[in-house]
Amino acid sequence: MAHTAHRLARAVITPTTIVLAVIVAIAVYFIVQRYLYGLGAVTNINPGYPWGTWVVVDIVIGTALGCGGFAMALLVYVFNRGEYHPLVRPALLGALFGYTLGGFAVLFDLGRYWQAYNLVLPWYTNLNSVMVEIALCVMAYILVLWIEFSPTVLERFGWSGLRRFVERWMFVVLALGVLLPTMHQSSLGSALLVMGTKLSPLWFTVWLPLLYVTSALAMGYAIVIFEATVVSESFDLPSEHSLLSKMSTVVGGLAAAWLVFRYGELIWRGDFGYALVGDLKAVMFWIENLLMAFAAIVLLVPAGRASKRASFLAAVALLLSGSLYRLDSYLVGYDPVGNWHYFPSVPELMVTIGVIALEILLFLIFIKAFPVLANARPAARNA
Amino acid sequence: MAATRDQAGSSRRIDFEEVLSRDLDEPVKAGIGLSRRELMKFCAGVAATMGLSTAAGVRMAEAAEAKERPPVIWLHGQECTGCSESLLRSYHPTLESLILDVISLDYHDTLCVGAGHQALDYKHAMMEKHKGKYVLVTEGGCPTKDGGIHCKVGGKTQIELIKEAAEGAAAIISIGSCASWGGIQSADPNPTGAKGTQEIIPDKTVVKIPGCPPNPYNFLSTVIYVLTFGKVPELDQEGRPKFAYGRLIHENCERRPHFDAGRFALEFGDYGHRQGFCLYKLGCKGPETYANCPAIGFGDVGEGQWPVGIGHPCFGCVEKETAFTKPIHSLATVKTYAPPAAFPDVDMALGTGMSPGAAAVVGGAVGVAVGAGAVLLSKMGKKDGSEGGEQA
Repeated sequence: MAHTAHRLARAVITPTTIVLAVIVAIAVYFIVQRYLYGLGAVTNINPGYPWGTWVVVDIVIGTALGCGGFAMALLVYVFNRGEYHPLVRPALLGALFGYTLGGFAVLFDLGRYWQAYNLVLPWYTNLNSVMVEIALCVMAYILVLWIEFSPTVLERFGWSGLRRFVERWMFVVLALGVLLPTMHQSSLGSALLVMGTKLSPLWFTVWLPLLYVTSALAMGYAIVIFEATVVSESFDLPSEHSLLSKMSTVVGGLAAAWLVFRYGELIWRGDFGYALVGDLKAVMFWIENLLMAFAAIVLLVPAGRASKRASFLAAVALLLSGSLYRLDSYLVGYDPVGNWHYFPSVPELMVTIGVIALEILLFLIFIKAFPVLANARPAARNA
Repeated sequence: MAATRDQAGSSRRIDFEEVLSRDLDEPVKAGIGLSRRELMKFCAGVAATMGLSTAAGVRMAEAAEAKERPPVIWLHGQECTGCSESLLRSYHPTLESLILDVISLDYHDTLCVGAGHQALDYKHAMMEKHKGKYVLVTEGGCPTKDGGIHCKVGGKTQIELIKEAAEGAAAIISIGSCASWGGIQSADPNPTGAKGTQEIIPDKTVVKIPGCPPNPYNFLSTVIYVLTFGKVPELDQEGRPKFAYGRLIHENCERRPHFDAGRFALEFGDYGHRQGFCLYKLGCKGPETYANCPAIGFGDVGEGQWPVGIGHPCFGCVEKETAFTKPIHSLATVKTYAPPAAFPDVDMALGTGMSPGAAAVVGGAVGVAVGAGAVLLSKMGKKDGSEGGEQA
């Protein structure tokens, strides 16, 4: 823990935060509607598509984008690469909100949310359920993330005794912080295994759990690159690019391995023809993979890695690819029995956008309220 | 009034306790081998077929057990003997238990042991002996053209034979479509002028059990009912017992849900035919034919054994206006509800697709993200250019 992190000495209320707050307020309005009049009044989800954007974007994609904490914990603490430590706190902060709000968003989508507490009653737990595994694991991981992040908060308030206690036992929490995402990120893929022939062969494979967890990991690193670049550019802070470009090899390698495995498996099982039929599914498949290939090439080529702009674009491409992979496997590549259609309604979309806005808003508030960023110099007027 | 009815026999008082306390495994008649239990079971089954109470079953058993078995005279006309053949293949009871235990089949043109004058003399003797008490059963049509010469037994025309036998009959039953209304030989151009029994003796009540062949149990049930209650069961305007001919085949057909859902077989052996869809479009006459075929089936081999059940459209054998008149594959006149011209789409689109508002929200969000990214990239580009050397 050689480095020190600082609070970002900027105004908390800015035009950006006001706009974000307004979006959040709109989402809150629709969430109230949902609780007053039910899911049908607000969403377009139906018996054919019981999982809409609230599940797919807020939870499946949201937690994958929140894998920065997972990825950095694995790199820094498991592979013992201490030089990346300055990136851990912002990564954890992003993960914290990605997961907390994802877990929170589940409550909007649960039809009988008042029964949700039964999940944590062991005598009701169905241990054969992938959903239970995801639910319990995500709940536990949210707790782990808050503990992982707690030294930052304790440091801010100067509670050094408690902070020392937490840091002494942190290795246990960190181990869990690597184990739990491995479990539920792969389970988000396992959840699709029950779809069987409802899911296009372009996505359906027994290797879904592996593809899910490895792409989540790649997205975890990509979000760190993305977030560090956006923050340093937006607030004119010193660039962390030299650190990021070193890490880029790992991301590029993961992306390339993911692609090779995906194509290899698809060809080996003889379903590659589905990628050539030219329908929406095939087009989405190619968009996903070309974005991933772009990210892999840019991050593996030294010149691409060195360019801040190129590596930022590569990170964005990777995040888009991973998000589309999830969107496609849960919605686009999925054909329910019966002629069902689904596209999110405006209120449904506004809630999802509101959740994302709240994540960004809380991130912006936290980097100003707590010592998160290593490159934020202590401002003279805010000593 | 009530006392008169009681004496008439139709509501004869029976001490049920006394009847049920008898030894059920004792043979009802010496040398026949039918136990009282078997007889009771048979009569209870008959009563159930006709929608009567169990008490009626007991009454039937009582009637069947009576010392004097009711005599039956059975005449054949223009026909294939399919009705008798069908009756020979009934198993509850078998024909032999019917004719040996329940009734006394004193004369039957094709089943009698004697032949020639011997048989005819016996018939006349029995008709004389049981005058006013025997049941006359007619099977087959009756030719009327050329003085009825196209069907003769013992030198007498069928018209004469029917009139002669009907004279002293307590009840007259026509079995089969030929005896009921002329059957296949009465089909256009009807060269022999074939008619049903009722048309030969228009002033008498004739119970008709049409069908080609009819279900033997409809006949047996009617006979037992007549023997038990001394009267004919409730008839419709065509003279058919309502218990068997009161409902359209269409109403009880196991394929009816397919009709209502618009799933039809269009050709023999096509997908719908193999799936067991409705046979209406193959010409099934179930929608205009009154019979209980789907409910009781044929051949005593279990459910679904009747023409429609095994994949052939009903041809309306019990209906004068349908069988041998309408082409087998022409559409039936639906007497209940005609199928609608358009059915709900089985692949109806469900759920809600993209609305313009939702498209605008998604487009807006993507636009904002792309815009913000582009601004960021352009800022970065300037620095990349200036700091390029340092970074590489």
